[in-house]
Amino acid sequence: MQRRLGGRGRRLRLAVIPAVLVFLASCASHAPQDSLKAHGPVARKEDHLYFIVFGIATAVFVLVVGLLIATVVLHRHRPGRPDPIQVHGNTKLEIGWTVIPALLLVGVAFPTIFTIFDLAKEPTKNVLPVEVYGHMWWWEYRYPTLGISTANEMHIPVKTPVRLSLRTIEPGLPAAKGEEFAAGVIHSFWVPPLAGKQDVVPGRVNKLTIEADEPGTWRGQCAEYCNLSHANMRLRVISQTQSDFQAWVAQQAKPVVVPQSGDAAAGYKLFTGRGTCIGCHTMQGVEGATARVGPNLTHLMGRDMFAGDTFDITPENLNRWIHNPSAMKPMRPEQGTGMPNLTATGPHLTDAEINQLVAFLTTLK
Amino acid sequence: MAVAVTQAPARPFARPRSEHGFWSWISTVDHKRIGILYGVTAFLFFLVGGTEALLIRLQLAGPNGKILSAEEYNQLFTMHGTTMIFLVVMPTAAAFGNYFVPILIGARDVAFPRLNAFGYWAFLSGGLFLYSSFLFGGAPDGGWFGYAPQTIGRFNPGHGIDFWLIGLVITGIGSLTAAANFIVTTLNLRAPGMTLMRMPVFVWMNLVVSFLLLFAIPVITVALFELYFDRNFGSNFFNANLGGDPVLWQHLFWLFGHPEVYILILPAMGIVSEVLPVFSRKPLFGYSVVVFSGIAIGFMGWGVWAHHMFAVGLGPVANSAFAASTMFIAVPTGVKIFNWLATTWGGDLRLKTAMLFALGFIGEFTIGGLSGVTHAVVPSDYQQTDTYYIVAHFHYVLFGGAVLGLFAGVYYWFPAVTGKLLNEKLGKLHFWLIVIGLNLTFGPMHILGLQGQPRRTYQYPKGMGWEFWNGIETLGAFIIAASILVFIFNAVKTMRSKEMAPPDPWDARTLEWTIPAPPPAYNFAEIPVVHARDDFWHRKYTEDENGRLVRIPAGGSDEASGVSGQGTVATEHDGHDGHEEHGDGHGHGIHMPSPSYFPALAALGIMVVAYGAVYHWWIGAIGGVILLAGIFGWGNEPLAEEH
Repeated sequence: MQRRLGGRGRRLRLAVIPAVLVFLASCASHAPQDSLKAHGPVARKEDHLYFIVFGIATAVFVLVVGLLIATVVLHRHRPGRPDPIQVHGNTKLEIGWTVIPALLLVGVAFPTIFTIFDLAKEPTKNVLPVEVYGHMWWWEYRYPTLGISTANEMHIPVKTPVRLSLRTIEPGLPAAKGEEFAAGVIHSFWVPPLAGKQDVVPGRVNKLTIEADEPGTWRGQCAEYCNLSHANMRLRVISQTQSDFQAWVAQQAKPVVVPQSGDAAAGYKLFTGRGTCIGCHTMQGVEGATARVGPNLTHLMGRDMFAGDTFDITPENLNRWIHNPSAMKPMRPEQGTGMPNLTATGPHLTDAEINQLVAFLTTLK
Repeated sequence: MAVAVTQAPARPFARPRSEHGFWSWISTVDHKRIGILYGVTAFLFFLVGGTEALLIRLQLAGPNGKILSAEEYNQLFTMHGTTMIFLVVMPTAAAFGNYFVPILIGARDVAFPRLNAFGYWAFLSGGLFLYSSFLFGGAPDGGWFGYAPQTIGRFNPGHGIDFWLIGLVITGIGSLTAAANFIVTTLNLRAPGMTLMRMPVFVWMNLVVSFLLLFAIPVITVALFELYFDRNFGSNFFNANLGGDPVLWQHLFWLFGHPEVYILILPAMGIVSEVLPVFSRKPLFGYSVVVFSGIAIGFMGWGVWAHHMFAVGLGPVANSAFAASTMFIAVPTGVKIFNWLATTWGGDLRLKTAMLFALGFIGEFTIGGLSGVTHAVVPSDYQQTDTYYIVAHFHYVLFGGAVLGLFAGVYYWFPAVTGKLLNEKLGKLHFWLIVIGLNLTFGPMHILGLQGQPRRTYQYPKGMGWEFWNGIETLGAFIIAASILVFIFNAVKTMRSKEMAPPDPWDARTLEWTIPAPPPAYNFAEIPVVHARDDFWHRKYTEDENGRLVRIPAGGSDEASGVSGQGTVATEHDGHDGHEEHGDGHGHGIHMPSPSYFPALAALGIMVVAYGAVYHWWIGAIGGVILLAGIFGWGNEPLAEEH
């Protein structure tokens, strides 16, 4: 009984573990956030190292588990077998399996350290700087050389190193004054197809280079636990040809087109007036509407998603959102983290007013 | 003897005397009963932490899980991690240490029996205090790593984090007292002839762990207090706005946190080093190398902490240094694995359940160790850190490693503790279910992590390609749960059975098998004189000139001498531990320390003080009075009562 069970178990183990390894290498076909499908030079360098160390680790694993299976097969108890020879050790063998792994690791350490320094280099040619701000729970991007800003969806030109400066809040911003914890919490900016992650730490400016080989939409998300809605702090990077990117920049730089009639016009009035929206949101072209507590909404409809790349931008979703944001995405507006429910507080918006606001928002191309 | 009391001072409470029933467990100072308390309590917390894991897996079984809210999920993963580390693996290792370290070194008790009891009660108080947060407005939700500043101020309203901070401080007090006690016990109470290099590897690993605790717990305690001050007194250790630094928390936490990883795994490595030789009928291959590599891991474990922080932005120099140190800590770990394999090589392997768990440990831990080496490759860790790849890694180390190793200890030592053998068929069913379950649960996490699924997210959207493997993982988690049910059934069935195990059922090597099972309160009627490493084995066997095993005809006669001992030999021991040698000794003239209520009372006081630290100072004042009463009573009662 004992022997039979053991044998069956070995076969199971033999079956399970290689299956895991095979899937490790092959099953990632439809995962848009796959870190092993690089679409830029930074991610490619990182993947390259992973494949080297994975190969070595697999070899060691096969050796160890092979020995483990072999020892069980060869040396398991059989009746009538004489007692084993009492071996207490073997200095040469032990020196061997100390030194050989150490040398193997030296072999891994060199390319690792080389790549660490390589990735830390400041790119020099043709660089696009972008400032990334981690908010609770969305991303703000500012292009200092282009004078534009957007949220959650970052547009970049292809084959151009984009140098990101990552921080939680700009020093001296109104929100930072007199507010004890205005600097926010730690986040981590991560777009796996383009680059590994870099933490966004209050009080520091971290740097990260991303670059895309070809046009595409690359998914990513916050990778450092930032409490309540960490899961809903997603993002995407949209890489475009130079001409598409220039067109996008030109569009983003434009001020708001003020609607002249209908619900949209009423919505605009609410947005800039009684609705108190500009207390938190930027609206280019509107006097004083430069707040950065929430995303810049000037070209909202130019984006696919909202609320930290979480929901499709549809009139229904926007309507539901304004009615009670925390019901759609967990937030703590009473603690200043997240958009408040403006039907229950502040302007106490009515259903009709919310319809007008949505009518306005959907004009923001 | 020195502690003999000629005149009992007037005391308000009678000294507890009961040896059975509820109060005997509250007041016990017997290291074996304290070990059982640790073990049973840790197992109950294991069931709680496991239930939390099942809820987490149910939530993540498919996209956009609706079983838990974000808030509940965040509380559950925080409590799951905190529970499994501080309330399960650490105290289970402490259970084995408490029960077996004194016996394995030929001692009658630990050096400080009441401090030992206090350590257990502090652990229990801390655990209960932490869990009471569920009743008082919500459990902590900052993660087991509690990164600042998401654990501070308006980012974390409510008292959950305060419960977490103070709860961990209390369990830390328990760990510190246990560590000091183990160090003194191991260094000072060894039987004659039990030199350091004759100690069983488990005792060595327990000693290394005790030193790690002694130095690591103060680091986390400082960090916990600083965070508590930031939260409650407006101090400014971690607030970047006012000049503090959130990264300081990370350094403090991981400077504790990485030695902590070795605190969790080394006891299991010690157990495996005991089990493999017994069931291979061969000595441990390269004993001194295995011991030395354990010590080396203990030292090197202090130099790798920032590998938890490669994406923080410490700069290329720091990242390179910690990459190198992290790679090279794999060397002593690898040495152990090869020495274990060599121990079994050429042996006569008895594939009992304990042995299966030990062999399973080698295989699963190797996976965790190798994925750990891949983290040391910093640029690829930029991709993998904070993803499910990391979750896979440390579950292979802590579940495939530590938990399997601890279960090996349970099956191996169950007859030494209870005198009964766990059912082998059920044991093997337990083993295969848990191995299949753990590989189904944690294996696919490698894939998901590489496919970009981050940790600590309560939901993931459709279309990310993560559905299939998350479903498999949930299935695996329930297979693990089934294996644990099999184990519980086995344990209950065995305990109800009247069938007793034969003495020395495994033909084992060390001193715990020379005494009756369950052992008498005093362990050894006569303190053994040790002549060799694996002393018991060498009383039974010798080797011929070819290294073949030869049974000594009259071997294994120690029980006989134990029964007839009159406690005369034991007097050579009492100079170390201050135990009295006259009075009640169950016919052996051995006087053991008397039970005491005061360690439990003192720990209760600390728990009440903790509520004061969360709510009102006057609750703390009441707790302070209880604590002082406990310490005062403790200080004023003799270790052993005059009869």
